[in-house]
Amino acid sequence: MANVTLTIDGQKVTVPAGTTVLDAARSAGIFIPTLCHDPAIPGFGACRLCIVEIPGMRNLPASCVTTVAEGMVVHTASEAVIEARRTIIDLLLANHPQDCLTCEKNGDCRLQDYAFMYGVRQTSFHGERKNHPLDDSNPYIIRDQNKCILCGKCVRTCQAVPGRSVIDFGYRGFNTRVVTAMDVPLGESDCVYCARCVAVCPVGALTYKPMAGKGRTWEMQKKSVTCTFCESGCTFELNIRDGKVIGITAKEPGPGRPLCLKGRLGLELLYVEKPMTPMLKKDGQFVPVSWAEALGLEGLVDRMKEVEGQP
Amino acid sequence: MTNPIGDIGGADFILAIGTNTTESHPVIGLQVKKAVRNGATLVVVDPRRTEVAGLAHHHLQLKSGTDIALLNGLANVIISEGLVNKEFVDTRTEGFEALKEAVAKYTPEYVAEITGISPGVIREVARGYATAKNATILYTMGLTQHICGTDNVLAVANLAMLCGHIGKPNSGVNPLRGQNNVQGACDMGALPNVLTGYQSVTLEDVRSRFAAAWGVSELPAKPGLTVGEMIEAAARGEIKGMYIMGENPVLSDPDADHVIHALEKLDFLVVQDIFMTETARLADVVLPAASFAEKDGTFTNTERRVQRVRKAIEPLGEAKPDWQIICLVATAMGYPMQYGSPAEIMEEIARLTPSYGGISYQRLESRSLVWPCPAPDHPGTPILHVGKFARGLGKFHPVEYVPPAELPDEEYPLILNTGRRHFHYHTGTMTLRTGALEEYYGREHLEINPADARSLGIADGDRVRVVSRRGQVEVTARVVDTVPPGVVFTSFHFPEVAINKLTNTARDPVARIPELKVCAVRVEKIA
Amino acid sequence: MAEVTLTIDGRQVTVPAGTTVLDAARSAGIFIPTLCHDPELTPWGGCRLCVVEIEGMRNLPASCVTTATNGMVVHTASPAVVEARKTIIELLLANHPEDCLTCGRNGDCRLQDYAYLYGVREAGFVGERHHYPLEEDNPFIIRDLNKCILCGKCVRACAEIQGKNVVDFAYRGFNTKITPAMDTSLSGSDCVFCGNCVAVCPVGALQEKGLRAAARTWEVKKVRTTCPYCGTGCTFDLNVKDGRVVGVTSCDGEVNGRALCVKGRFGYGFIHHPDRLTKPLIKRSGVFEEASWEEAINLVAEKLGSIKKEYGSAALGVLSSARCTNEENYLMSKFTRVVLGTNNIDHCARL
Repeated sequence: MANVTLTIDGQKVTVPAGTTVLDAARSAGIFIPTLCHDPAIPGFGACRLCIVEIPGMRNLPASCVTTVAEGMVVHTASEAVIEARRTIIDLLLANHPQDCLTCEKNGDCRLQDYAFMYGVRQTSFHGERKNHPLDDSNPYIIRDQNKCILCGKCVRTCQAVPGRSVIDFGYRGFNTRVVTAMDVPLGESDCVYCARCVAVCPVGALTYKPMAGKGRTWEMQKKSVTCTFCESGCTFELNIRDGKVIGITAKEPGPGRPLCLKGRLGLELLYVEKPMTPMLKKDGQFVPVSWAEALGLEGLVDRMKEVEGQP
Repeated sequence: MTNPIGDIGGADFILAIGTNTTESHPVIGLQVKKAVRNGATLVVVDPRRTEVAGLAHHHLQLKSGTDIALLNGLANVIISEGLVNKEFVDTRTEGFEALKEAVAKYTPEYVAEITGISPGVIREVARGYATAKNATILYTMGLTQHICGTDNVLAVANLAMLCGHIGKPNSGVNPLRGQNNVQGACDMGALPNVLTGYQSVTLEDVRSRFAAAWGVSELPAKPGLTVGEMIEAAARGEIKGMYIMGENPVLSDPDADHVIHALEKLDFLVVQDIFMTETARLADVVLPAASFAEKDGTFTNTERRVQRVRKAIEPLGEAKPDWQIICLVATAMGYPMQYGSPAEIMEEIARLTPSYGGISYQRLESRSLVWPCPAPDHPGTPILHVGKFARGLGKFHPVEYVPPAELPDEEYPLILNTGRRHFHYHTGTMTLRTGALEEYYGREHLEINPADARSLGIADGDRVRVVSRRGQVEVTARVVDTVPPGVVFTSFHFPEVAINKLTNTARDPVARIPELKVCAVRVEKIA
Repeated sequence: MAEVTLTIDGRQVTVPAGTTVLDAARSAGIFIPTLCHDPELTPWGGCRLCVVEIEGMRNLPASCVTTATNGMVVHTASPAVVEARKTIIELLLANHPEDCLTCGRNGDCRLQDYAYLYGVREAGFVGERHHYPLEEDNPFIIRDLNKCILCGKCVRACAEIQGKNVVDFAYRGFNTKITPAMDTSLSGSDCVFCGNCVAVCPVGALQEKGLRAAARTWEVKKVRTTCPYCGTGCTFDLNVKDGRVVGVTSCDGEVNGRALCVKGRFGYGFIHHPDRLTKPLIKRSGVFEEASWEEAINLVAEKLGSIKKEYGSAALGVLSSARCTNEENYLMSKFTRVVLGTNNIDHCARL
C-alpha cells in the first residue's frame, strides 16, 4: 500500500494511505484525547475532543475521521485546539453530575482525566440538567443516564454483536439518550448482560452492579484470567481489593463469540468458607452426616483404620 | 553523634554550640523544640541570634572564635563549685588533674573578657549543665570551622566527661553533620589516612588484609593529602591530575580564586556530577552521573544510621550511577571492577569493615541499622560509649584558647561569618534548580548590624561590596540586629555571591578544617 | 500499669487503663472513622465522626476523647452511630466544593472515603457556602479554605510537630477559618513551608502545589528512599508518574516520622531540571563537546594512566563525595588506592 508522509507537531510521520490523522499521531507517540473513539468500532467522530488544527482546512477537523494526505501539516495542541477542547469539556460538564465523590468510575473516567489535564475545574455554563431515574432494574448493570455523554460507544459495541442491537439513540436534541426498544428498562429488554457496553463506557453512565459500593477504582488490583466455561476463551479481569476478589469485569470477547454472562457468575463460590455438611434422610428426616457416610465409604474407612498400624 | 536524634527530645538540658539547628537541620530542630516544650533548658552559643537562639533560655552571643575560652570557663565553674560527676570521672576517665590545672585560669571573670559573656550567665549555664539529669551537647560547623576546631571539640568532650553526660540516653556529644552522606563517606574511607571503618592505612595488617581482598600485592602506606592540601599541591604543580566526583570545591572551599587557579593548573581534570558546576566547567572531561532518585544504595546519617536509597526512575539521558562509572574507569585502567548491584558492593564492605560487618541489604529492607553493627544478628548501637569508651578510659585533653587566625583591623574592620539558609543547601547546585525553593528565596543578601550600617552609610537594600584580603563579592545589604555589631553574615549557596572568594584558608592543624567562620572584611557601599 | 477490660461490638478487649475507646477498638482491629484524630497529636474531639454508642452514657460520645473503663459496653456501628456519622458527613459536604473531578487529593481524601463508605452521595442540606479565594502565592503549598473541614490537624501539627504555631483558628461560627496571625497568607507569615500541615490534612484544603497539579493520586508509584540534603537522614516517598519524579510525600520515617523540611519535601525539582548533564563531555580547544561513554572513559583512563606513569601516583588526587552513596565512596576509595596507587582521597567533610 502506498505511504503518505505528513507533519504532526513538527515531527515527520509516514503512514499507509487511508490512515486517520488520529492513528498517525498515535503511531508517532503523540497524544490526542478521545471519548467516542474505539479502535474496534472506529469512525464515529461525535465527541469532537480529538480535533486538531490543519492549516488550509476550515475549522478544526476531528482527527479520528480525517484521513491523512501527503504533505499535510497538523497541530495537535495549538492554542485554538486546547481552547476548543476546554470548551467541549466545559459543555459536557454543564450537564454532568458533580458526584465524583461517590461515583464508581472515579479514578478511571476519561471525562475526569481530561478535565484534570486541561484544567477545567468546573463548568462555566448553567442551564437545564438531565434528571433521569437510575436504571438498576437488573442484577448486573447500573445505567445512570445523567452521566451519559452520548458518545455512542455502547450502541456501536452492542450493534457489533450479531443479532443484538439492544440499545440505540432515542429522542432528539437535549432529550437524546441511549434507550432500549420502546425505552423499557434494561431488565425488561433483550439484553443478555454481556457487559461489553460497560467495558467501553468512558464515564460512569454504565457500571457493574455487583461491584457497587465495594471499592474505589484505585484500590483495585487487576488480574487477567481466561474463562473456562466454554471453548471460546474470553478474557476477564479479576478486581482484587485487599487480597479479595470483589468483582469480575469484561475484557476482550473471544474470537467469534460474545462475552456471555456465565463467566462472571459464581464468584461467591470463591469465598465459601466451609462447604455445607452433607445430609442423609434417616427416618424421613434429613440429618447431617459425614462425607464418608454420605458417600457410603464408611466401611472402607473403618477397614483402613484397622489396617493402619499393623505390620 | 554519640546518641540518636530521637534522644534530643528527651534531654533536660541542651547546650547547642555553633548550630543554626532549625535552619540547617530543620528536622533535628524539631527535637530541640520538643525538648523545650517538655520543659528542657536550652542554651545556644552563637554570635548570631538565630531562630533557635530565640527559643533559648540563655543565648550566649559570644565573640566569634572564643568557644574554648567559654567551654573552659564552664569546666572551671563545674570544678570549682564541686559539681563534677565524681563517680564517672573516677571510674571512666583519666587526666582529670591536668584538666583541672589547665582550666584553673579560665575563671568566669577572665572568660567574660574574652567572650563578652557575663560571669553570672557562665556560672548559671555551668550549673545547669552539670546538675541536669540528662544534658546533651549539639554542635556543627560553627564550632569546628576554626583553626582550633579540633580543640573546640575536645573542650566539648571534656565538659561531657566532667559531668558524665555521655554513654547514656538523652545526653552525649552530638555533632550534627551537614551532608546526607558525609558520615558514610568518612566511614567508607574516602579520607587520606584511613580505609573503611577508620582502619589506618599506616597499619601493616590492615593494608595486607585489604590488599588480599582487593587482589593486589600492596597498598600505599603513606597517608595522602586532604582537600586543601591537594589544592595547594595542585597550585604548586605537584598534583597533575584529579578526579572529582560530586563535589564543588570552587564554591565550597575557602579562597575560591585560589582553588580555580589550582584546578586550572592541572594537566587533567575529570569531574563527575549531575550538573555543570563551577568546578565542572574547569574540567577536561565531564561525566554525567545519576541523581539519588536514579540509583540504589545506602546513606549513613549523622547518628550513624545506615538507610536505603532506592531507585525510583531510570537515569536521565545517558547518565549512569557513580558506582557504574567508577567500575568503567577502573576496568579501562586495567583493573577489572564489576558488580551486579550496590547490594554486592555492600557485601564486600561488610566483609572488610568490622563496624559494618552485620549490615546487608536484606536487613536494611525492613529497617535501618546504626553502626557499630559487627554481626548479622547484632541489633546495632544507637548509643556509643555505654559503660566503656573505645579506648578504655576517657581521656581529658586540656586545651587552650587561641584567637582566630585573622582578626579585624583598621583596614578590614568587620568579621565575616558564613553559613546556610533554611531554603537552600550547600553550593546551591540542587536547590537553585528546583522550580520552587529559588522562586521563594532567589537572592542572597548580607546581614549587617544597624550600628555598623549606620556608620558605613548603608541602608537596607543597598548594594554593597564585601572585600577581604583574598577577594570580593557584591551583594545586597539587609540591616538586621540578628548579627551583633562588628559581624556580617551571608551564605555560600549562591554562585553570584561566591563568598568563599573571601574566606580564609587557615586550617586546623589536625583536622585540616578551614576557618570559614571567621575572617576580616570591610564592607563598602556601591555608589 | 493497671488494665481495664471492656466489650466492644461483643468482643472482650483488655487495654491499659487510660486508653481511649478509639485506641482500644483499633487495637482489637475494629474500624472507627476519624477526621481530626491523629496518634501523634493532642486529642481534639472536634469532628465527632468517631462517635460510638456506650451503654449508660448520654448521647453518643466521641471515642477519641473517651477513656475506656472496666465493664464498659461499646457499640461502634449501631444504627444510631451510623446515622449520626452520615449526618456529620452530610453537614460537612453541605459546605464542601463538589470538585473531586479535578481536586488534587481525589483518591486520597478521608472525607471522600467516608462519604463512599457510608453511601452519602450528596449533602442533603442547602445553604450559604464559603467563597474564599484560593491561596497560591507561594511555590510550595496551595491553601483552599473552601475545602477546609476545620479539623484543626494543621494547627496542632504546626504547634506540636513543627513548633512554629504559624496557624490557628480565627473568627467565629460559620466564619471560622484557619489563618496565620493577622489573617495573612502563609507567605506573609513566619511559615517555613515544611509542609507538615499538608501531610496531616485529611482533605484537599492543603495540597502540595507541584505534586497535585502533576498527577492524580492513583497514578503515582511511591518509592521509599532517604533525603539527599542534610545529614539528618529523613525517610520519604518519591512519587513517580510515567518515569518522572513528580513529588515527595511523608511516610513513617525512623528518624523523622512524617516530618520533613522545605528542602526535603519541595526541593526535588532538580532531578528533572533541563540543566542536568545527560551525555559525557570532552573539552576540545576550550569548548565542551558531547562524546560517547567509551570515548570519554578511555580518555580518562589514558590521561590518569599517563600521569601516574610519568609523575608517579602522588601526582594524582581524588575528591570523593559526601553526596554519593556508601557503595560509591567505597569504590572510589578502592579505585584510588588500588588503581591510582595513592591515598590522596578526601571529600568535603570539613565544609
